[in-house]
Amino acid sequence: MLDKALDGSKRYWTWILFLLAVIGIGMANYLKQFEYGLGVTGMSRDISWGVYIAQFTYLVGVAASAVMLIIPKYLHDYKTFGKIVILGEFLAISAVTMCLLFIVADLGQPMRLMNVVLYPTPGSILFWDMIVLNGYLFINLLVGWTTLAAERKQVPPPAWIKPFIYLSIPWAVSIHTVTAFLYAGLPGRHLWLTAIMAPRFLSSAFASGPALLILLCLLVRKLSKFDPGKEAIQTLAKIVTYAMIINIFFLAMEFFTAFYSNIPGHMAPLQYLFFGFHGHGNLVPFMWASIIIGVTSVGLLINPATRQNEKILAFAAAGIFIATWIDKGIGLVIGGFIPNPFEKVTEYSATGTEISIALGIWAIGALVLTVLYKIAISVKEETGGEEVH
Amino acid sequence: MSMDRRDFLKIAGITGLLGAGTAALSGRMPGALEAASTSPNSNALKAKQWAMVIDMRKFKTPDDYKKVIHACHSIHNIPDFGNPKDEIKWIWTDTFEHTFVGQEHEHISEAVKEKPFVLLCNHCEKPACVRVCPTKATFKRKDGIVMMDYHRCIGCRFCMAACPFGARSFNYRDPRPFIKDNNLKYPTRMKGVVEKCTFCVERLDEGLMPACVEACKDTKALVFGDLGDPASEVRKVLRENFTIRRKPELGTSPSVYYIVGGGENAG
Amino acid sequence: MYNSGKIIPGIIIFLAIVTFPFWSNAGKTNVKPEPKIDTPAIQQMPEGERKCIESKEFMKAGHMQMLNDWRDSVIRGGDRVFVSSTGKHYNMSLQNECLRCHSNKKDFCDKCHKYLAVKPYCWDCHIEPKENKS
Repeated sequence: MLDKALDGSKRYWTWILFLLAVIGIGMANYLKQFEYGLGVTGMSRDISWGVYIAQFTYLVGVAASAVMLIIPKYLHDYKTFGKIVILGEFLAISAVTMCLLFIVADLGQPMRLMNVVLYPTPGSILFWDMIVLNGYLFINLLVGWTTLAAERKQVPPPAWIKPFIYLSIPWAVSIHTVTAFLYAGLPGRHLWLTAIMAPRFLSSAFASGPALLILLCLLVRKLSKFDPGKEAIQTLAKIVTYAMIINIFFLAMEFFTAFYSNIPGHMAPLQYLFFGFHGHGNLVPFMWASIIIGVTSVGLLINPATRQNEKILAFAAAGIFIATWIDKGIGLVIGGFIPNPFEKVTEYSATGTEISIALGIWAIGALVLTVLYKIAISVKEETGGEEVH
Repeated sequence: MSMDRRDFLKIAGITGLLGAGTAALSGRMPGALEAASTSPNSNALKAKQWAMVIDMRKFKTPDDYKKVIHACHSIHNIPDFGNPKDEIKWIWTDTFEHTFVGQEHEHISEAVKEKPFVLLCNHCEKPACVRVCPTKATFKRKDGIVMMDYHRCIGCRFCMAACPFGARSFNYRDPRPFIKDNNLKYPTRMKGVVEKCTFCVERLDEGLMPACVEACKDTKALVFGDLGDPASEVRKVLRENFTIRRKPELGTSPSVYYIVGGGENAG
Repeated sequence: MYNSGKIIPGIIIFLAIVTFPFWSNAGKTNVKPEPKIDTPAIQQMPEGERKCIESKEFMKAGHMQMLNDWRDSVIRGGDRVFVSSTGKHYNMSLQNECLRCHSNKKDFCDKCHKYLAVKPYCWDCHIEPKENKS
């Protein structure tokens, strides 16, 4: 099926070339980082994780969200999602690829990456994260490719693929739970030391991933002859709505526990993020932007009149994506390090090199996604998007 | 032909993987030495859990601090980058407010408020850094020391996120150009690995006290010994003085104890 | 054949790149490395005891494995003494033991490493003896 990715319009190739250019610039900057060390980034002794780990965390959520299509389709036989479930699986592949690349980009000694396998350490959550992420990538490649190949031949998918499809459901939950455990098990980092870290991660994942999928569906309809269907998009929108409301609710829970208990350590990072702490507040405007954009988007999604208008829906979906990205892709990781173990504040801002490397990885993800979607949509255009049961 | 291209590729792939696997398993060199063996130094100092008591009453002049820090940083080839972003430190000072977070109150004595406190890795009995390390590059030795294997560290900095005491530094760049006088007997580190105080394992293993302890042995400002031995000097000092530890509520059980003092200037 | 105008030059270019190491080195003589053992420390040793910690053959083939074992033994096990197969005791330290005699890193270590194009990262951390520094 790969040949379908080589047969595209001029617009397709221009986009590919653009992505390759961004990847090239990112690669050049990565070589610089590889030579000099992680000192080229804005990270420091106090803020020892930055943009890379934050992007990794956010994208695990996007990857996990494929399960929001798998569950209705395969557990509830919700046929409307039949046409787009492959889009969710391929989005997961692209997102997990980016996750793994962001981890590698963040390592001080990337050449020793295989030490994690050579000296397996089951006591470390990072060890399990390596296993679940690679496993999830494998499952989605297998399931996505096999079902699409069957659809192309207009035959039902082979029976042996079913267990893998069901396995992908708990596995998707596991990738985000394990990623939350990276943070939630650390003593002395009060923002992260919360039992609802995994639930928060999952809720924001099930908002951000499907929101991105809505945008991708609308784009696919515009650019190709394949129509994911209005009903499928509306169902996704409802999923996003519920997930985002729960996500905001969870954030409110964090505020209540920290501020009603009045424990300084628990309040400090939230104060830093939302109000400023000891005169430092680089992230305050971002966090409030996240709240305002998030709440506004939820408002637009709850109201059926605005949700059913696909122009407004696109706007709201983009809003959810941005709001959750600020919350998780910036605030959560950086905020966890502020204040530091000495109750001092070191601010963090990413350097140009760091941002370029991050953009390069996003571009690799976009390239993977483009190629996979090109293949999927070419197949759908041939078959009219109908599966065989 | 009975085998199609697909099957051929499958078999070739599996064979290749098996081959690589066997090669990895049979890693030992041919002709390895059967007769050779290893052992600890005969004069190595042994303990169940090394621990330190920092007697802040004995730190009086800036020089008292300087000689302790210099003793450590000079023999361990600690670079001086001159900026907090890249900073690497094994032993350093900070105020009471920052050392014992949450313990300061507005009526605290001036003597305590102004005094610099000595900080270093706590060599916790249940270290969070060791728990999270994905490669066992940081691990706990039999004698309780939380050790770093710089050969194995992949530089993920999970240990830095896990340590509640800010004891760990990361080599954000090559430290070599920033080391003033190399101690030729001790290695430096390379970019991309995490480092910290090791309670001078290289000295303990040769029967010597940690460098910082030796630097202030005239005042006994730092007392070092085995927590598991009731007759040791640390146990004696702990029995006879009121001591506190940093963030004991986190359950890591630090092995560095502080005699805060501060009353002696009150009179 | 379709597109033979593209495929045949493509194959030629591919072969040219793949065989680059062979023809770019062809005709050049590579002198067999002879690591030097004439350092002052070794010269001072009595003639009969001028031996490395294990046999020359073993050290040649196995020093890298031995150093690997040493570092695990010292750092992870706390064992710092190596008892050789002849029963002699040595301090397991690249920097303080090996290089005490072999103080000529350039003429000893680097000679073979360069010839074999291996780049061990020992020297990123372990400091080479002073006499080598220009």
